[in-house]
Amino acid sequence: MSKEDKPVDEHSGIETTGHSWDGISELNNPLPRWWLIVWYISIGIAVIYMILMPAIPALPGLGTNTPGIRNASDRDNVAVAMAELNVERSVSSNALLGASLEEIQTDRDLQQFALAMGESLFGDNCATCHGAGGRGAKGYPVLADDVWLWDGTLDGIETTLRHGIRHEGDDATRFSAMPRFGRDKLLTSQQIDDLTEYVLNFSGRSDDTEAVNRAAPLWSVQCSSCHGENGMGDRTLGAPNLTDTDWLYGGQRDDIYSTIYNARNSHMPAWGDRLDDASIKALAVYVHSLGGGE
Amino acid sequence: MVRTHATTPRDNTSLFAVGGILGIFLLLALVIAGRAQDAAMEMHAWMFVALATLFIASLSLWAGGLGERNPFDESEYEDTIVKWGVFASMFWGIAGLLVGVIIASQLTFPNLFYFPELGWTNFGRLRPLHTSAVIFAFGGNVLMATSFYVVQRTCRTRLAGGMWPWFVFWGYQIFIVLAATGYLAGVTQSKEYAEPEWYADLWLTLVWVAYLLVFLGTLWKRKEPHIYVANWFYLSFIVTIAMLHIVNNLSVPVSLTGSKSVQVFSGVQDAMTQWWYGHNAVGFFLTTGFLAIMYYFIPKRVNRPVYSYRLSIVHFWSLIFIYIWAGPHHLHYTALPQWAQTLGMAFSIMLWMPSWGGMINGVMTLSGAWDKLRTDPVVRMMIVSLAFYGMATFEGPLMSVRAVNALSHYTEWGIGHVHSGALGWVGYISFGAIYCLVPWLWKRKALYSKSLVEWHFWISTIGILFYMISMWFAGITEGLMWRAYNQFGFLEYSFVETVEAKHISYMIRALGGLLYFSGAVIMAYNLVRTVLGHGEATDAINLTPAEQGVRPMLQPAE
Repeated sequence: MSKEDKPVDEHSGIETTGHSWDGISELNNPLPRWWLIVWYISIGIAVIYMILMPAIPALPGLGTNTPGIRNASDRDNVAVAMAELNVERSVSSNALLGASLEEIQTDRDLQQFALAMGESLFGDNCATCHGAGGRGAKGYPVLADDVWLWDGTLDGIETTLRHGIRHEGDDATRFSAMPRFGRDKLLTSQQIDDLTEYVLNFSGRSDDTEAVNRAAPLWSVQCSSCHGENGMGDRTLGAPNLTDTDWLYGGQRDDIYSTIYNARNSHMPAWGDRLDDASIKALAVYVHSLGGGE
Repeated sequence: MVRTHATTPRDNTSLFAVGGILGIFLLLALVIAGRAQDAAMEMHAWMFVALATLFIASLSLWAGGLGERNPFDESEYEDTIVKWGVFASMFWGIAGLLVGVIIASQLTFPNLFYFPELGWTNFGRLRPLHTSAVIFAFGGNVLMATSFYVVQRTCRTRLAGGMWPWFVFWGYQIFIVLAATGYLAGVTQSKEYAEPEWYADLWLTLVWVAYLLVFLGTLWKRKEPHIYVANWFYLSFIVTIAMLHIVNNLSVPVSLTGSKSVQVFSGVQDAMTQWWYGHNAVGFFLTTGFLAIMYYFIPKRVNRPVYSYRLSIVHFWSLIFIYIWAGPHHLHYTALPQWAQTLGMAFSIMLWMPSWGGMINGVMTLSGAWDKLRTDPVVRMMIVSLAFYGMATFEGPLMSVRAVNALSHYTEWGIGHVHSGALGWVGYISFGAIYCLVPWLWKRKALYSKSLVEWHFWISTIGILFYMISMWFAGITEGLMWRAYNQFGFLEYSFVETVEAKHISYMIRALGGLLYFSGAVIMAYNLVRTVLGHGEATDAINLTPAEQGVRPMLQPAE
């Protein structure tokens, strides 16, 4: 078809290709110049990148692929970076292994290193349950206050970390078991109601003196051996103080009833199986520093 | 070759062939149902039996009532199937968007939207339901419906295959139901965007081959000398999706009566195959397919010629040639050999301008009709879709650069990128096409309400912006937090802290999704009123065919 045969679009003055589909025709505009230039530039960039980096596979005599002028390798880069980091850290890491927990705390540089390491480890291993910064959640103790179920000293925290709480398979794990008074039918629900009032009374929150009086002998027989006659608890058994405002499983009437009925024997894994010694030490120092270390 | 309007005698071959195929699969499903190895397979086999029986029964009733009439009359377009396609698109679209809003809320408020007694409502089950519903159920139906409409008009001939297009349409809906219920029941082969198990994949293969043959057959008997550019794009979409689907789903069933299968590829080969598939599902389903829509509906709606024929040729061939190699950019810094990563990045950079060719051609087609941006919200929607397309196809090559990818990969940035493409580009060009199609198909003068289209446009545009910007913010924040080290070389933030940092962004994202969903509901209402002939959508019977946007099939070629 010669050029003169092709219809021209009235608005733009550009000729069309001469075809029309369902009323749609096409203008014979050239490729936009800027478009073509940018495309050539991007092809140029791509080609240069392929020359610099490992790129073309299966060329004869070049092994699996062209290595590229820069001979770059992610795997080598990672190995080098890891080696550098290990060298950088090894002085502090070895010092951490050799020092006692008290020594770590008194050596300012070592302490800073341990805190940085502990914070990082805490975030990835502990914060899932204990919350960021050890702020705790229902059923998971706050680690940033001075209320401790078991032990808040450096050595005590290290022991808990290493052996866990009620962790099966670790003979040195911290262990105690509160009976399931309701579920195992050790007490009637009336008795549990009375004991709930008794526990509330420790923090001055019961006005049912009759129930409190009824529960007094029960408390002496069933509860005081762990929680103490005055409800102050016993850290050697992980028995919480019931007279303060700090409640791991909630301090409302329903919560306390439910605790006595079902018991609460939660678990923490023994991290000695999973983390190395330096990590455990760093974590102990970090947790101790959160606010309540003794 | 001139055909007359006189009724041609009916050819029943395709009717019996479709009925026969359905009958064979019905029997197979019955056997599997009786011997099923697991509950999921039993459920799906019975479900297939029910759906196929319904299909065969409707087919028989319909064919019985035909009398002497020829439903495959060559002098008429097959438009009923397009009407069904529009309905299916809106139905699945709204369902898919709703699930999206639900899972966005689950991520934002995991305590509120967690239903432990209803296991199938877990995020892990609903997420593939959302992605597949919007991509394959909504997007797929839009592509089928528009391709059936466009190929007939631009070839000036009726769809080929008689009954076969109906097999394609209903067969595809059966696949959607199998896939969706499978996700909820936990049936998955754990490949992103290719979760359905082997039996659903086989059924889809059959349906897709039929789709290809119907489309090719229609092109074959066209009455125009040349093939219109939209049809090149549709054809590349259908052919490439067939190839991707078959290769990525190569697997060996554990038992022919059980739902589980084992992948043929393993390790990094499996990962590479998966992302060759995943990347090109974006390229050939969500890009070339919807560019085909753009190439018909924009020039048609604004009544202007396509800007440049040459550009359409160059960007078509460069797009399909380059796109297929870019998949490795999904696997930067993984076990994938580095040379493959280099190539993935290089091809992605070269892909930028070929992608933009479609945007330029679409936007410049408005030359001489720029006022329509102001006066016609449907045109505005389609042009804004091209703007989002341009933005997403610039962002894509940018994110494929390894240094950028080191920051953006695995973060919410990826989610934002996908949704600016999905909501902005795919969603808007589809909505625009459907807004055009409904008055044309149901012979209405106009849509029921233009101002409702304005509401739809503005509400959903704000929704997209909320979505995109919040995800950029969340993605870059979390990417920077992940790579932050303190002076001793330890990670600065724990994972949970990076999750916490995204909470506000998640809230804004969920709100954006809700706005977008609301827009689609407004649209559905507008379309229903249009079909019912309310408001401005009065009967177009007195208009000339040109005013209806409809040209008779038999007009001579220009």
